[in-house]
Amino acid sequence: MRSPSRLPHETRDSRQRTPKTDMRGLYQRAIKESFVKLHPKIAVRNPVMFIVWVGTIVTFLVTLNPNLFGTVQANINQQRLLNGLITLILFFTVLFANFAEAVAEGRGKAQADSLKATRSDTIAWKVLPNGSLEKIGSTQLRRGDVIKVVANDMIPGDGEVIQGIGSVDESAITGESAPVLKQPGTDIASSVTGGTRLLSDELIIRITADPGQGFIDRMISLVEGAERSKTPNEIALTVLLAVLTQVFLIVVATMPSFVNYIANFISTAFGAEAANSLRAGASIAILISLLVALIPTTIGGLLSAIGIAGMDRVAQFNVIATSGRAVEACGDINSLVLDKTGTITFGNRMADEFIPVNSYTVEDVARIAKLASLFDETPEGKSIVKLAEKYKILADVNLNQAEGVEFSAKTRMSGTNLPNGKQVRKGAVDAIKGFIRSRGGSIPSDVDVAYERVSLLGGTPLAVCQDNEIFGVIYLKDIVKSGLRERFEQLRRMGVKTIMLTGDNHITASVIAQEAGVDDFIAEATPEDKIDVIRNEQSQGKLVAMTGDGTNDAPALAQANVGLAMNSGTQAAKEAANMVDLDSDPTKLIDLVTIGKQLLITRGALTTFSIANDIAKYFAILPTIFGAAGIGALNIMGLKSAQSAIISALIYNALIIPALIPLALQGVKFRSLTADQLLRRNIFIYGLGGIIAPFIAIKLIDVILPFS
Amino acid sequence: MGQGLLQIGLTLCIVIAITPVLGRYIARVFLGERTILDRVMNPIERSVYVISGVRPKDEMTGWQYIRAILYTNLFMGILVYSLIYFQRLLPWNPNGLGVPSWDIVLHTVISFVTNTDQQHYAGETTLSYFSQVAALGFLMFTSAATGLAVGIAFIRGLTGRKLGNFYVDLTRGITRILLPISVIGAIALVLLGVPQTIGETLTITTLEGGTQYIARGPVASFEMIKMLGENGGGFFAANSAHPFENPNGLTNLIETIAMIAIPAAMIYTYGVFAKNIKQAWLLFWMVFIVFVILVWVAAGGELQGNPLVNGTLGIEQPNLEGKEVRFGWAETALWAVMTTATMCGAVNGMHDSLMPQGLFATLFNLFLQIIWGGQGTGTAYLFIYLILTVFLTGLMVGRTPEIFGRKIEKREIVLASLILLIHPIVVLIPSAIALAYPFSLSGISNPSFHGISQVVYEYASASANNGSGLEGLTDNSLWWNLSTSLSILTGRYVPIIAMLLLADSMSRKQTVPQTPGTLKTDSLIFTTVTAGIVLILGVLTFFPVLALGPIAEGFKLASGS
Repeated sequence: MRSPSRLPHETRDSRQRTPKTDMRGLYQRAIKESFVKLHPKIAVRNPVMFIVWVGTIVTFLVTLNPNLFGTVQANINQQRLLNGLITLILFFTVLFANFAEAVAEGRGKAQADSLKATRSDTIAWKVLPNGSLEKIGSTQLRRGDVIKVVANDMIPGDGEVIQGIGSVDESAITGESAPVLKQPGTDIASSVTGGTRLLSDELIIRITADPGQGFIDRMISLVEGAERSKTPNEIALTVLLAVLTQVFLIVVATMPSFVNYIANFISTAFGAEAANSLRAGASIAILISLLVALIPTTIGGLLSAIGIAGMDRVAQFNVIATSGRAVEACGDINSLVLDKTGTITFGNRMADEFIPVNSYTVEDVARIAKLASLFDETPEGKSIVKLAEKYKILADVNLNQAEGVEFSAKTRMSGTNLPNGKQVRKGAVDAIKGFIRSRGGSIPSDVDVAYERVSLLGGTPLAVCQDNEIFGVIYLKDIVKSGLRERFEQLRRMGVKTIMLTGDNHITASVIAQEAGVDDFIAEATPEDKIDVIRNEQSQGKLVAMTGDGTNDAPALAQANVGLAMNSGTQAAKEAANMVDLDSDPTKLIDLVTIGKQLLITRGALTTFSIANDIAKYFAILPTIFGAAGIGALNIMGLKSAQSAIISALIYNALIIPALIPLALQGVKFRSLTADQLLRRNIFIYGLGGIIAPFIAIKLIDVILPFS
Repeated sequence: MGQGLLQIGLTLCIVIAITPVLGRYIARVFLGERTILDRVMNPIERSVYVISGVRPKDEMTGWQYIRAILYTNLFMGILVYSLIYFQRLLPWNPNGLGVPSWDIVLHTVISFVTNTDQQHYAGETTLSYFSQVAALGFLMFTSAATGLAVGIAFIRGLTGRKLGNFYVDLTRGITRILLPISVIGAIALVLLGVPQTIGETLTITTLEGGTQYIARGPVASFEMIKMLGENGGGFFAANSAHPFENPNGLTNLIETIAMIAIPAAMIYTYGVFAKNIKQAWLLFWMVFIVFVILVWVAAGGELQGNPLVNGTLGIEQPNLEGKEVRFGWAETALWAVMTTATMCGAVNGMHDSLMPQGLFATLFNLFLQIIWGGQGTGTAYLFIYLILTVFLTGLMVGRTPEIFGRKIEKREIVLASLILLIHPIVVLIPSAIALAYPFSLSGISNPSFHGISQVVYEYASASANNGSGLEGLTDNSLWWNLSTSLSILTGRYVPIIAMLLLADSMSRKQTVPQTPGTLKTDSLIFTTVTAGIVLILGVLTFFPVLALGPIAEGFKLASGS
């Protein structure tokens, strides 16, 4: 269902669909998954954590036999205890990282389930061979089926009109709010698009495409995350993290030689005991501990969880992304190409003013307009009644005796036959003129003045008449959704340009553009113009996002870096897009930009945090294990002993992963700031915080631990 | 003390003053704009191109540029190897010096081709004047110009230009920058007392009646390009501590300035290329501040003196062991930090005798390679770190990382990572092997913590193409000659290849226009973050060896044992 009445200022939370999942079940499954992910084939996909996993196995071996890699001088049982502790902590580090990924995946699965359950299903009337009708869900329609659609029904799928004539509101696809006449025979006029709405009469349609069901299902399986492929940025980051891991592997692997050299010297200068203590500092378990502390395990453990959670956040908005790449691209968007109708303005025009002609008063016009709209259930008709009520006009008519005249594509007007025999009508100005002429009335000259005025303001004029007399003109106006101005302002601050596209004439477009506060607009745009605008922006190196739902939007959706198709749109549009909005709310594109940015910021923040942590870990471990070399003064945290320092650093290293899981899943809170402000803020929190936090945490753990 | 600080301060002020002037000049030369030497040099360059068949307008791709570098360097290496090998048959050999062993010639040639100039031989007793001036002197120009060309090509790529033509860059680097400045500098040095002769070694009868041999030669010309081109290979074994290479305070000042001039100016040159002088100054000050801190650490250590010596003698003296008294502690400390910072490698004192603070500062420079850094390549390394910083922290503004409007993607990260990885590999692994066999391989003269510094310094100096040494190692052995050669070659060419490929791929990228949402790399905050990332990525890698080397030695000295 199209729901253009959704207001953009509604808060995000109220729009988010919170999956009602059994949290305990989710965690239980995630814990089970954490162990499944220990399988080497799965583990090797994450090089950083794989190293930790291999380290765990080695430390386990030296727990069983501390002398495995050369005789240890220290008390064998003490050594075994220390190695055992290290093994345990490393094992938990791996499990925590697996758990983070499993929780993110579990949430995705739950999300997909709830999507499947809540997906709306349009109703279709299938014409059976014997001529009778059968009510079925649109999802059961197949190519070749014949259906019947009556006024005010949503057309359930792409098809071809084979019988009947009716006007269809195609504003969802074309952006043009005037209804289009559909009839069999002609090429363009006979094809109807799924998701458009029949406004009058009834049509018999042959369905020409299988419905979007299978397509949406494919997307849902993507949300479930089983076949998630890494995004380009994630791949590059994984490369860098792997290289940092290799650098530290070299550092740690070469250390025994340096230590041994010093120990030989110390043993002659200070005696064998000091030398042994130094050699113990380079024992295999301690070297592995140092390695694990130095390699970027925090971001390594959380990286895939962040990516999955990003997809998941998009899904919570009821938008399905075909790939993580698309979500990432949202953050990079430079230009938003927005359709006017449905995105910037409500899809339907609203009555804004009554302009009297022919020496009638505003109240007279309001009364006639209201009478003519009594049976009009369209948003336009309702808005006329609402505006008339402002003038305290009472419709003193017995509705049971009056008769409504529906809008039809032929007459292009609607109205009411009153009980007293008078006929009131409203409709396009020239249609009303024809109505009056046919009844022998005259057209006053100020009708054209009013018509001109409304057109100049970018509105749609509707004339109202009673029998053969024109009373005035209703000014129907495109209403800009409230709150959009502020959103566009925020986007501008983040460096995102907004371009409005409309089929309206230049005047109308400029009025709306100014009111909405978009940066640029293209008037009298054809669907083909969309792709030109996108190509033009892209040729300047910009990344472009757009929404669309019509078949003729498909090339543009495919060309755009982020193409958001409406679920109510055609199959072709959805195939071409890389995201589909199940609520068919085009303003969501703006939210997607923030979600994309949030995903990238979260990844960057945790990477920075992880790397900044290294300073503290170095200062915890090195001075204590090489205390015998006389560098104990570097132990600025005053940790109790080498064992205590190593265990503390490793515990911190392990616990920081589950501690950051909520941040990884929810994302860093996004603020619409400029890049400079964002950098300053995040560097302060995650960079400086990343340097300081581990100093405090490791010291605290050291104080609590019962080591001497 | 006041005098020493004044000397350091004055030198640094001159550096700041000449940086924009020289930086702009270098940019003009390589942007092909008009310069003052056009009238003299244009015809010369044109004839060089005609003779060598170079079409100066031909732009090279990344691989073409790389191949041009590798082939010319290989050719020059073979040429110089033969020249030294047959020096007995060649002119200007008044002392009749014979054929050195193959491994020392190989090491020497590799060392000079790569702008490293690590010397495992004593110049005055091994090489003829012809070998020194024609063979090695020739490499001093070409190796420096090669580095300069790499730096310029890298800057071109980064700022979205085509990489240029290596042969043109090599030629212009020599004719417009290295040669003119060297000529002026050499004349100044001659005026200040540096010898320039092809006469043989003097034999003097001293006052006591003994016989003394005084080595001499065409020193002044050799000296200037040695400093200006960050070569650092001395005419004499004692390098710039020798009174004929560096007789007095004024020559010391000239040589110091010559040493730092181009690496400092290259940052400004970047600013001209990128039309972003603000960022150039920010980066300049970032490097400058780290540099000054390191000078302060080293000079502080020397000024304080050796507590053991001072304690025993009961005096307050700066550490004057291994110093030339005519330079004193301040000029020696400044020189030591600068020569390791700029990858020059010339010395005016004995680095083995530096206090642990000095060892720390010099090793720090060799590990980082960007505190000015080598001729041309130093600036490229600086931008590699900038790229890595953008990649790691740039995500925090909510866009995938981009630098100068170009996206940093997997290919760039793979190449930058390779550059980051290569230095620890060729420094730490051979050091670990050498220290595992301290007697058979390393020949350390001063065991304990200092021994670690000696060995690591030697490999770091090789891999960073610096060339200075703590000495004290018995380093003219097959092991040292071959293992350091390997570190030199890998540390030189692998990063150069990766840098040029990276520049090439950056230059082909489409630029994204700047918006308020783009990360600005020319802000104070970003430059500060870069400094932090440099320290974490560059220094933490080597923190264990720093801890077991100079830091442990420092604590041991301070504790009075």
